[in-house]
Amino acid sequence: MPELADVAKTTRAWACYDCGKCTATCPIARVGGDYSPRRHVLATNLRDRKEIVSNGTLFSCLTCSLCDRRCPAEVGYTQLIQKLRELSHREGVEPDCPHGGALQSVMRMMATGGTQQNRMDWLSDDLKTEPKQGTLFYWTGCAMYYDAFFPDFQVTTLNGTRAAVRLLNKLGQTPVVSPDERCCGHDLLWNGDRQSFESLARHNVKLVADSGAETLVVSCAECLRTWKLDYQPFFEGKPPRIMHITEFLAEHVPELKFKTDGQRRVTFQDPCRLGRHLGIYDAPRQMLAAMPGVELAEMRRSGPAALCCAGGTWSNCDRFAKQLQVGRLREARATGAEVLATACPKCQVHFRCAMKDPNLGGEIEIELRDVAELVADALAE
Amino acid sequence: MPASTKRKPRGKRGAKKTRDTSTARAEARGSSWDPRIVVFACNWCSYAGADTAGVSRIQHQPHFRMIRVMCSGRIQPGFVLRAFEKGADGVLVSGCHFGDCHYVFGNERAVEQFEKTKNVVRLLGLEEGRLRLEWISAAEGVRFAEVINEFTDQVRQLGPSPLADKRVISSQSSVISKERAAEVVH
Ligand code: SF4
Ligand code: SF4
Ligand code: FES
Repeated sequence: MPELADVAKTTRAWACYDCGKCTATCPIARVGGDYSPRRHVLATNLRDRKEIVSNGTLFSCLTCSLCDRRCPAEVGYTQLIQKLRELSHREGVEPDCPHGGALQSVMRMMATGGTQQNRMDWLSDDLKTEPKQGTLFYWTGCAMYYDAFFPDFQVTTLNGTRAAVRLLNKLGQTPVVSPDERCCGHDLLWNGDRQSFESLARHNVKLVADSGAETLVVSCAECLRTWKLDYQPFFEGKPPRIMHITEFLAEHVPELKFKTDGQRRVTFQDPCRLGRHLGIYDAPRQMLAAMPGVELAEMRRSGPAALCCAGGTWSNCDRFAKQLQVGRLREARATGAEVLATACPKCQVHFRCAMKDPNLGGEIEIELRDVAELVADALAE
Repeated sequence: MPASTKRKPRGKRGAKKTRDTSTARAEARGSSWDPRIVVFACNWCSYAGADTAGVSRIQHQPHFRMIRVMCSGRIQPGFVLRAFEKGADGVLVSGCHFGDCHYVFGNERAVEQFEKTKNVVRLLGLEEGRLRLEWISAAEGVRFAEVINEFTDQVRQLGPSPLADKRVISSQSSVISKERAAEVVH
């Protein structure tokens, strides 16, 4: 099985010494899921393709990267699972999407292309943007699709998108917001569908290159990871400077004028893509600290140890994921914060879904906002 | 239905097994192009309505493939979106009239699901006319035929789905070819 040999090499799976720390760390295993990352590492080393493809737990992993940080042998488990899923996708194994594959279909249709999307309706008149050319490109991600698809959870991820554009305008920028943007392909890649991912990657890289932008500002943590790491092989010439919205704002804090009234305690959910995947922990905290009257109360597990929202790639929503979300919301409530701030629309979708629990609703409910939204609200007129 | 799938294709039908981008476009311009429509129907009303149309020999256009579900409430966005992803030119969702649903309020759920689907289809940039929701009772054979004819004409006007057009549809593909659809439905 030469392919597995390659995978073992590039992900350092060969170095595993069977200590089991990954399984002991894994949040899914800890809440009782029948899941063991170590099993996949060992199966890779044994070149046991059958075990990998058919043991049925390949899509249980949240790809949260917590195990990567704990592994003493520096095995890249998250990278390994991505490769193993690609392999099983080729054999026709797909995740059971909790939404009947609707989101996968949407993403694949964008990969096919051929239609002109109507993705710009959220742009209100007070926001200044350019459709094609400019020095700064603002990447919206699929927030409009989430809001359209999850009305029952009152998902309002577009508020973060609008806030980001408003802040960019305040800082004297007229960002390019393109109607031709397509899904970044993050979820398809993590579902193992490399072919669709690549057609999306090529389209998007070209779109941004043609805009002439030198800076690409991204709100969604997943899009950011995809742009920074997974799109690397697709760039021709000099890639733009790719930043999270909170990084861009943190660089311009002195130019922002804030209201001075109000007192609020806020806690922050580190999205796994932003934190462990990309190492961005400070920028969002800097922005929260910059607002007068905001007190940041950290959750028990934060920064590199933060628990992910357990939503992942529309492939692993089950009772274990729900249990993790409920636990995480309880942690947020335990800080005494009124607001749970996050920096990824997916965290919002999944936490809002968990809050719908009819038995626990009151115990775990908390106001959920994007960091950009809080910053935009705190601006002095 | 299995008996009719075995029926030999006649005439021009079934002569060509594959359809590529250029022929799809050419066909769209000529009159020979027929849309491929997916119809979701609930077991108790609209599917039975189709049966009524059949046994009463009410003529209607045969360019659709029917997928029966127990109740229209089962038809979630994923079903419809998958049909479009796989190249359907139009999708019709149907069920019992309000108050007639075998499961009391399944069709109210269907409306909620349909609204969500419609919003996503709009975002994707597919024409609204490619998607329709209709209530058809078991007795309404005539109405079934009318709805099918009207919807087929509407989709025909719109031409091939931009998504279908881009896919190279081979005989192995899970997308049913129009010849095959015609065979099945005939
Ligand atoms: S990435 Fe996260 S969910 Fe996946 S095995 Fe590691 S710790 Fe568990
Ligand atoms: S933590 Fe690392 S070395 Fe230990 S079992 Fe897991 S992959 Fe192997
Ligand atoms: S049974 Fe026909 S709509 Fe519910």
